[in-house]
Parts: sequence; C-alpha cells; structure tokens
Amino acid sequence: MSAPLIELETVEKDYGEVLALAGVSAEIAAGEFFSLLGPSGCGKTTLLRTIAGFEDPTGGRVRIDGRDMEGVPANSRPTNMVFQSYAIFPHLSVGQNVGFGLRRKGLTKTEMARQVGEALEMVGLGGYEARASHALSGGQRQRVALARALIMKPKVLLLDEPLSALDKKLREQMQVELRKLQRQVGITFILVTHDQEEALIMSDRIAVMFDGQIAQLDSPQALYRRPVSRRVAEFIGVMNFIEAEVTAETGDRLTVDVAGLGAVDLSAEQCPGGGGGRGAAVGIRPETMTLLIDGETRSGRITEGSVEEVVYYGDMTYYDIRLDGVPAPVTISMRNLPGRAVLERGARARVAWDASAMVLFR
Amino acid sequence: MATLAARLRRWRRSEGAQGLLLVSPTLLYALLLLAAPLATIVAFSFWSQDYLTIDRSFTLENYREAWTEPLFRELMLRSLAISGAVTMVTVILAFPIAYFVSFHVAPERKALWIFLITIPFWTSYLIRVFLWKVILGYNGVLNSGLLGLGIIDEPLTFILYNANAVVITLAHAWAPFAILPIFVALEKIDRSLLEASRDLGETTVTTFLRVTLPLAMPGVVAAVLIVFIPTIGDYVTPRLVGGPNGLMIANMIQVQFMKLNNAPLGATLALSAMLIVGAISILFLWLNRRFLKVRQ
Repeated sequence: MSAPLIELETVEKDYGEVLALAGVSAEIAAGEFFSLLGPSGCGKTTLLRTIAGFEDPTGGRVRIDGRDMEGVPANSRPTNMVFQSYAIFPHLSVGQNVGFGLRRKGLTKTEMARQVGEALEMVGLGGYEARASHALSGGQRQRVALARALIMKPKVLLLDEPLSALDKKLREQMQVELRKLQRQVGITFILVTHDQEEALIMSDRIAVMFDGQIAQLDSPQALYRRPVSRRVAEFIGVMNFIEAEVTAETGDRLTVDVAGLGAVDLSAEQCPGGGGGRGAAVGIRPETMTLLIDGETRSGRITEGSVEEVVYYGDMTYYDIRLDGVPAPVTISMRNLPGRAVLERGARARVAWDASAMVLFR
Repeated sequence: MATLAARLRRWRRSEGAQGLLLVSPTLLYALLLLAAPLATIVAFSFWSQDYLTIDRSFTLENYREAWTEPLFRELMLRSLAISGAVTMVTVILAFPIAYFVSFHVAPERKALWIFLITIPFWTSYLIRVFLWKVILGYNGVLNSGLLGLGIIDEPLTFILYNANAVVITLAHAWAPFAILPIFVALEKIDRSLLEASRDLGETTVTTFLRVTLPLAMPGVVAAVLIVFIPTIGDYVTPRLVGGPNGLMIANMIQVQFMKLNNAPLGATLALSAMLIVGAISILFLWLNRRFLKVRQ
C-alpha cells in the first residue's frame, strides 16, 4: 500500500459537556471504501464532519494527501459530501444542482453542460437536467446529491448515512450500485452508517466506533469472524455468548471449559481481543451451528437440547434452543433447504457445533 | 321536500359548510366594513358635490381632474418616492436583524428576541411619531446632543419637517413588519444547504448570494409588500413630521373629504392611489417571479 490518503492522528472533539471524539487514529488508503460504523452518538458523524472541515478538532491532526488540514475551510478541502438530508438546493433545477460546484472552475457553458450530463448519466439520471429538484423521489435526490459531489472529482467522497432515508428494497439496490460506482470512479469513499449489514456489504474496511473511539478497524470478514470484544460482536450480526473458563494455555493453544459443552481446544487466533485471566466467554455465530434432523450425523461435536422458540423467515428459520447444561438459550439459524423439516416448539433437538467457529473473549 | 331537507342536513355536516361557518363572522365583518365602504367610495367617485349636496348623476369629471391636475400628480409621485424609500430602508435594515436572529441567536433565545423586536408596538403609533419629533426637532435630542459634542455648529434642519423625517419615522414604525417575514423565510432554510454550498467550494459570501438570499426571497417580497402598500396611504406621519414638503397623497384625500367638502374628488384620489399601488405591487410580483425564474 502506498502512502495513506487520509491520516487521522488522535483526533479529539470536545463539546464541553460531551467528548464526541476521544482520540481517533486511523489511516485510509486511496481508492478504499471505508465505513464508520456505530450506534448513534458514537462520534462517527462528528468524525466525518471533521474530515469535511465542518468541525474543528480540539486535538490531534487530520491529514489529507499528506497535507495538514488545520485551518483549511471546508470549501478548500479535496473532499465532497453527500448529506443525510441530501441537501438538494430547492431553488435550482437538477442540472444546476449538479453543476453548482463547477462555477468556480472557469469552464465554458458547453463544457459545464457536458460534465453535468455525464455525471447524471453516471448515476442513472441521464436527461434529467431541466427537472425541478422538488419533484424528485427520495432515490433520485440521493443520486443527484451523489452526482453533485462526484462531478467535483474529489479525492475523498464523504457519505453521511446516505441510504437511511430510503426504503429497504431501494436501499439494497443502492448499496450494490454505490459499491460498483466506487470501483468505477476509483475515489476513496468514507461512509457513515449505523447499519452493520450495509457496512459489511459495501466496505473494504470498517471502523467500528463506540463512545468516540474506534473499537475495531478491520475487513468485513475479520470483523464478523474475529470481533475483538463482546460489544463489537453484539453490534455486528448475532452472536451467542456462553460462559467459559480458560483452564490451560500452552504456546498458541488454549484449553477452554465451556459451560454445558465441555472442554474445547482453541487457537490463539480465536482470541483476537487478547487479554489474560481465566474467566471468559466464548462467542459462536448462529449459522455455524447445525440442527440435526431425523438422525442426521456429523463428525463434529453434538449437544442435545430442546427447542424454545421458532421464527420462520421464509428462506431461513431461527431457533432458540436451550442446550442441556448451557445456562442461556442459543440462537441457531438454518436455511430452509428442500426436504428439511422445521422443528416445532418443545421438540428435542441435536445440535452439531465446531470449536473452530468459536471466538474467545476474556 | 324531504330529500331537500336531507340534502341540507348533509350539506351542513360537510367540510365546506363547516369551513364557511367558521369564517362567516370574519366574512360578514369584512363585507360590512371593507366591501361596503369600498363600493361607496367607487360610487362617490362618479358623483359630484356642491357644498353639502351630493349630485348623483354619473360623471367622469373627477377622474379627469385627478389625473391631470399637476398638484395631485406631484403628491402621488412624492408618496410613491417616500414609500419606496421607506420600503428600501426598512427591508435593508430588517434583513441583517432577521439574519442575526435566525442564524446567530441560540434556538431557545429566538422567541425572546422576536418578542423584544415587537416592543415598539407597546406604545401607540401616535406617541412614537411624536417621539421622533422630539428626537429630530430643532432643539431636539439629536441636535442638542451633536451640538453639545461639538460635532455641528448649528442645528441640523434637514431632519425634521420634510420627506427625510417621514422616511425615518415610517421606517422605524414598520421595521418589525419587515423583520418577521424575512425571519420566517430564513428559519425555513435547511442549514445543510449552506454546508453543501461550502462543501462545493463556495465561500461564506458566495453561499449567501447563491443559496441564502434566493431562498429568503419570498420573505423579502412579503416584507416589501407589507411595508410599501400601507405606507403609501399613511397621513399621520407626514402630517406631524413632514412639513409642507413632506405631505403625501393621503393628506390631500383627507383635505378633500374634510376641508373642501369634495368627497367625490377625495374618493377618486383614493381609488386612483389604490389602483396605482395595486398595479405597482402586481408588477413587482411579476418581475420577481420572472427574475427568480431566470435565475433557476
């Protein structure tokens, strides 16, 4: 990787009563699709606005393309933003909205019109120049906002929860489209979202933020499979936690006694959060466990239990199963393959699981 | 018969009927106190008067006189000029105040500021006009203050009993009426639009010109009309602080009705003034729409 495009060095933002950013450090590479993920109030939007130049950090440093951004106002930064409300100028037409930022570039009228046309074409709104902006649908407004920012050819495109106002179908469609668009234009995208699924689908890397700090910065796969803390694991997808105790530690192997499931042998990689101490919990994702139906067998370990709750999703069924000896019920998801029965509440069940899918939090 | 009663009952329960019922007191009031006098004025303008007797035969003589007499024309033009000046001064001064309250006052303090702005209304209009006389007079607050400070050697005379005094007094009286609509228009502007403009490379000043001002225009237009239309017909202020050269068309209308016993000519002048103001307002609105459309 060449020199990072954006360097954040212990960035702090103190609002007096609230510490919105408590020392955030990260490096974002050119051409990367980077997401800031976290619950509301975690500081992700503040961080984005700090990069954009709308907030002045009270501590630390923001560098873009090697240049210190201190004292550089928003209008002189090589960043452009897609606002959560889209901020489409209501008094201007679609074409004028998209061309808004070109005025300072000293282009001829025809060149400007050509670029506006291209930008609209790129977001699938070719020929919309003369439309009144107030007559657009939510999805169209979002595209206009995108075209308006991309036409500036920024080094970094900042997106502040751009899809949160769209309905589910459109949102899913836009997620894929945005990702494609990002690959096509090759610009660094920084996306703020509270939707973990959205972050997983779109990003090259994700920074999970809690309380003004980055809790974990990793690729989507690493984040899902190897969360460093229970909090991160809970925020991303569903994770079952079972009490456990570390009984032996030799080299990079750990022997862990899991409540109700017995002793398991884990590698050090399965404890990404590190830490010491005997008291711990293991986490296991619902889809890594299998419900065995009609005397099916598996080579892995099998534990028996009873079905406590069944939630049918069509393509999937989610079960809450109380495993014998495990204090809390675990959630298991099963694909509804042809011929596979859906168990009833109260039925006895056999669950196959594998220690290699476990994550240890100590 | 029964169906008619049923239909009537149904109508009475309909939304339209309830709306009508709701506005009917106001409607009645408006009809009695606005439409009826207006109709009377229109009728009067086509009659003539000899001392105390009204001659009800149709004549256009009043209109001929109203539109050809140089004195009337001068008064009308002066009224337009003074009103225009008042409107400009008021709106130009009101905009920064509205902008300040909308953009720089903490949200929980805005109501207090608006309340403070309306304080001048607590005293009667007449008293406020008299106070301006005290401030602007030959031995008034302003002159004695400036004399005392040694800034001037003799009292300023161009500030009272002329058109300037009328402009100053009216601009002060109408300021809140201009501030409020502009404030409302500014409040409605989504602040992220201003950030978007900054983000797209515009400075604070160009953002104001390209985003804030165009979006505040409806408020400015409202302020212009609210100030311009009533000030044309003001006669108290010109009478009290205007002196002979600050008199306006309304003073002449009053003289025609009360002193010269020529109600028909007064009515004609009033109607003519109304028509002119109406025409100017419509032209202004049309230009504005045109102008805003061009910008789009």
